[in-house]
Amino acid sequence: MSGPNTDYDPVEVTPLKADQVEAMREAALAAIAAAPDLDALKQVRLDHTGDRSPLALANREIGALPPQARKEAGQRVGQARGAVNQALAARQTVLEAEHEERMLVEETVDVSLPTTRRRRGSRHPITLQSELIADLFVAMGYEVSEGPVVEAEWLNFDALNLGPDHPARTMQDTFWTEPAEDHVVLRTQTSPVQARTMLTRKPPIYVVCPGRVFRTDEYDATHSPMFHQVEGLVVDEGITMAHLKGTLDHFASQLFGDGITTRFRPSYFPFTEPSAEVDVLCFVCRNVDPSTCRTCRGEGWIEWGGCGVVNPRVLVACGVDPEVYSGFAFGMGIDRSFMFRHDLEDLRPLFEGDVRFSSAFGSEI
Amino acid sequence: MKAPLSWILEHVDVPAGTTTEHLTDRLTLTGLKLEAVESPGREITGPLVIGRVLTMEPEPQKNGKTINWCTVDVGDANGTGEPQGIVCGAHNFAPGDLVVTVLPGGVLPGGFEIGARKTYGHMSAGMICSARELGLGDDHDGIIVLPADAGEPGQDVRPVLGLDEETIELEINPDRAYALSIRGIAREVLVSVEGASGFRDPAVRDTPAANADGHPVTVEDPEGCPVFVARTVTGFDPTAKTPDHVVQRITAAGMRPISLAVDITNYVMLETGRPIHGYDADTVSGPIVVRRARDGETLTTLDGTTRELDPADLVVTDDSGIIGLGGVMGGETTEMSATTTSILVEAAHWDAASMYRTGRRHKITSEAGKRNERGVDPTICEAAADRVVELLVEHGGGRAEPGVTVVGTPPTAPVVEVPGDLAARVSGMPITEEQAVACLRAVGCEVSGSGTLSVTPPPWRPDLTDAQDFSEEVVRLVGYDRVPSVLPTPPSGRGLTRAQQLRRRIGRTLAGEGFVEVVSFPFVGISDLDALGLADDDPRRDLLQLSNPLSNEAGFMTSTLLPGLLRAAGRNIGHGNADVAIFETGTVTLPRHAGPAAILPVDRRPTDDEFAALDAALPAQPLHLGLVAAGDAVSGGWWGDARPVSWADAVEAVRSVAAALGLEVAASAAELAPWHPGRCAELTVDGEVVGHAGELHPTVCQAFGLPKRSVAAEVDLDVLIGRAVHLRAAPTFSTYPVAKEDVALVVDASVPAADVEAALREGAGELLESIRLFDVYTGDQVGEGRKSLAYALRLRAFDRTLKEGEAAAARDAAVALAAERTGAVQRA
Ligand SMILES: [Zn+2]
Repeated sequence: MSGPNTDYDPVEVTPLKADQVEAMREAALAAIAAAPDLDALKQVRLDHTGDRSPLALANREIGALPPQARKEAGQRVGQARGAVNQALAARQTVLEAEHEERMLVEETVDVSLPTTRRRRGSRHPITLQSELIADLFVAMGYEVSEGPVVEAEWLNFDALNLGPDHPARTMQDTFWTEPAEDHVVLRTQTSPVQARTMLTRKPPIYVVCPGRVFRTDEYDATHSPMFHQVEGLVVDEGITMAHLKGTLDHFASQLFGDGITTRFRPSYFPFTEPSAEVDVLCFVCRNVDPSTCRTCRGEGWIEWGGCGVVNPRVLVACGVDPEVYSGFAFGMGIDRSFMFRHDLEDLRPLFEGDVRFSSAFGSEI
Repeated sequence: MKAPLSWILEHVDVPAGTTTEHLTDRLTLTGLKLEAVESPGREITGPLVIGRVLTMEPEPQKNGKTINWCTVDVGDANGTGEPQGIVCGAHNFAPGDLVVTVLPGGVLPGGFEIGARKTYGHMSAGMICSARELGLGDDHDGIIVLPADAGEPGQDVRPVLGLDEETIELEINPDRAYALSIRGIAREVLVSVEGASGFRDPAVRDTPAANADGHPVTVEDPEGCPVFVARTVTGFDPTAKTPDHVVQRITAAGMRPISLAVDITNYVMLETGRPIHGYDADTVSGPIVVRRARDGETLTTLDGTTRELDPADLVVTDDSGIIGLGGVMGGETTEMSATTTSILVEAAHWDAASMYRTGRRHKITSEAGKRNERGVDPTICEAAADRVVELLVEHGGGRAEPGVTVVGTPPTAPVVEVPGDLAARVSGMPITEEQAVACLRAVGCEVSGSGTLSVTPPPWRPDLTDAQDFSEEVVRLVGYDRVPSVLPTPPSGRGLTRAQQLRRRIGRTLAGEGFVEVVSFPFVGISDLDALGLADDDPRRDLLQLSNPLSNEAGFMTSTLLPGLLRAAGRNIGHGNADVAIFETGTVTLPRHAGPAAILPVDRRPTDDEFAALDAALPAQPLHLGLVAAGDAVSGGWWGDARPVSWADAVEAVRSVAAALGLEVAASAAELAPWHPGRCAELTVDGEVVGHAGELHPTVCQAFGLPKRSVAAEVDLDVLIGRAVHLRAAPTFSTYPVAKEDVALVVDASVPAADVEAALREGAGELLESIRLFDVYTGDQVGEGRKSLAYALRLRAFDRTLKEGEAAAARDAAVALAAERTGAVQRA
């Protein structure tokens, strides 16, 4: 380090030349403005504010000036450097924004590309329909009862007033099991669940029992050895056929739409007396000019199930006092209801397991 | 039951203008449901008229046949009044005969359109018809020659032939056996069609009194056969033809005409509901005895089948032995034949339950059996026999023998006490006692008393035994369509049970995991279990056998859901759904061999012990979940390569289900069919086995048409649901900084990762927040038969920031315990 050069003529020193500092400033600002991108700007910054840049060199000279010249020179160079830094910052912001915008444009993807990497699952439409029906009744205050599908003969038949020689036993072609003397069958109906319910609970009883049942029907478009039923049972004081009608009308309107009602026709079931077949008003044509309706085949009504007032004999066998209580019961095919509700002509897809079938329904029916 | 309308209306009058539709609507609404209305001529359209043959010229043809060139007078039916020229191949007629002529424009059954066409050198304009061409049976011996008084040429021939006769087919419920007859249906018309009147009961007639001159009959079992009536017709002409109207009616009713004698017994059965049996009287030797069969006895019935009889079977015998299975089917030796000239007519009332059992035992279904087992009016045996005799004499030229045998008296129905307001109470309709009484009388009951009615059902209604039965009669006549619609008010329910909710949750979870639910039949065969590769002593081979399976290949109730699922997966592959993941929830059947499920009494509630014993006798039926996946778990695409399913997907699916129930599943190596012996996980929850999951054995994949490396799982949902966590306490979290430590341990390849992890967990102690296996390495760097397991440990304290060295100390303790338990060596 040398001491102050007192002999040095400040007039002759560069920083003091205003036009030179001005030229440096102009050159720097021009370069900044011309920098096309951030990389270029980085170079500009190095060239015009770096250690070896003219302004930096000029600034370094200031210390060598005589004191009287320092102030002015310092101001001049300082202003120039300030202007250059400001311009750099401004240009940096602009270029960064431009860069970001360009990057976003460059990162554009085709959002219409398929996104399904994993298979979608679904539940079986019969499961969904069973739950839907259960929920309709649960909303009314019913509970859902269950029982085994391999069932005691006594519960499937005798307790339901179908004695061993009852001709109606042949109405339901039963799967029997070995050894025959065990008296065990595949339940032909969900009615044994009703018997079980009465045997294990005290009235008032309001239950529905959805479940699988079995008949020795050859498998074809409209028959299956296994199908699904939902039965309802109410045992309470003062229950009448009118309550049965009201309940089924409500059920029909919930499942098939507002205004859909039911129609009773006399029928025969050993466990109910009186017994009725239930038809439901066709929810497609509503019996208005049904002649061309595919859903009801021109009938205006669709056969839906069976029902009736619980036979007092059944109440007795199940330990309910028929002098105090009366009840009603009804039963519908869930698969059958599903078939006409969803316009399915052939029931076999329900049991074939082709994933395309269930998948079509997703998780809601 | 198919019933010709004209036959019904022979026995009851309906108001003029009553349409078939109205009549059948009314029958349907009161309980005889219309199945169909048929008429034999419904397929015939266009001009079908009476023609009179004017001339017929036989013309031999080169092919050896002779045709007749006829001119036929068809009146004005052809529009010209000129004779119609028609070629006819038949020869059973002569000029002057009335014949059935279809003119050009007519269409015969089968869509056979009639036109004028050139044939055998003539322009033949129409056709002279045979019975077969009109769809009236198989008789094609020639064309139909009408009686001389059938009508005038040009008249529509349909009414003459009964072609426009409507037959209504009704569905008859088992309690309405009386409606399996014209008599019963006419009675229903009377009570259900407004304004109907004039019921003429075909079973009410003057019958000759019983006497001692008839064929001797002894009934040894009056309970099985309360009434036996025998009549004899002699001098019968076995060649006599059955009158056309009888043939038409029994054909319309669905029975086949056989011979005059048989046709008449069937006709009277259809008319009265009472089955009748006719014997060739000359083949019956000695007195008839009715009794139960004895052990070892046999009978060849008239269908040619030799049957071993059961001591409960009711039989008809003569000196030669057994000649008939009473009420069910006759024997071969006494069958009426083409040479029968003497007929013994049997009209007997049989015990319905015996009929049902015998029919079922010998697998005989017949029109007679159908009626006898449902119950027939026991009071009409004499009338029905007399009606048969009358028709045999009238149409077969026979002579009614004066002997009339009547053994026994018809059982009478007990009087039933019926509350007068029962129908109102049952139906919820304001039915007065007067209305109820009127309805009961309308269906044939005798009613007396008031308040509590004393009701005697009519003899044709053996189904009416309980007070409630009578209420149905009242309500159906008042009208089911008038039952009001009233919602009951149940008490507050408890909603779905927890198990029911959890089952739904399981289904949703699996659907969320990409599995599609399927429903399969629960039937399996031994070959299915063989295909699964089950060992001979595998408990899943203990199956509940069906006595009457639809197929012998699937004769058992399944003990596992896998066969159905694997078949469904195979079908999917076959249908081109290469990537498939399916699941099913359903019960399986596991026999307990706990003895018979008792047939309990029905006149009281079973005791709790009886009911419990009943349940205990049934097979165990746990709810299982099964799942199968094949193909790719993640599809390939623009994002990258596909990932095929692996054993881990099956385990993970079960873990997801368990997690949905708040449970954690542990997996350990197991060997169990149908899984790959090195890739099968036994799944446990708190030490209890819940099922298995993993990759399927390659031979199983092949057997079910699945690609190699397909995977499956089966678990017991009852166990899982039973263990589901309920009311879990809320967790608390540490908010102090986490310390992370990684360790890589080398162990023998046979050491389960789960054991290493368990040791690390225990060794790290309470500071360990979580542990994750992030890499498994096998290869040169760790040596043959060794593997390296790399774990990330997260350590944290609840009450403080861990001090320098605390985390490392915990890690070292973890490694030390792993080394001690599993021989693990920390990897350099
Ligand atoms: Zn419709």
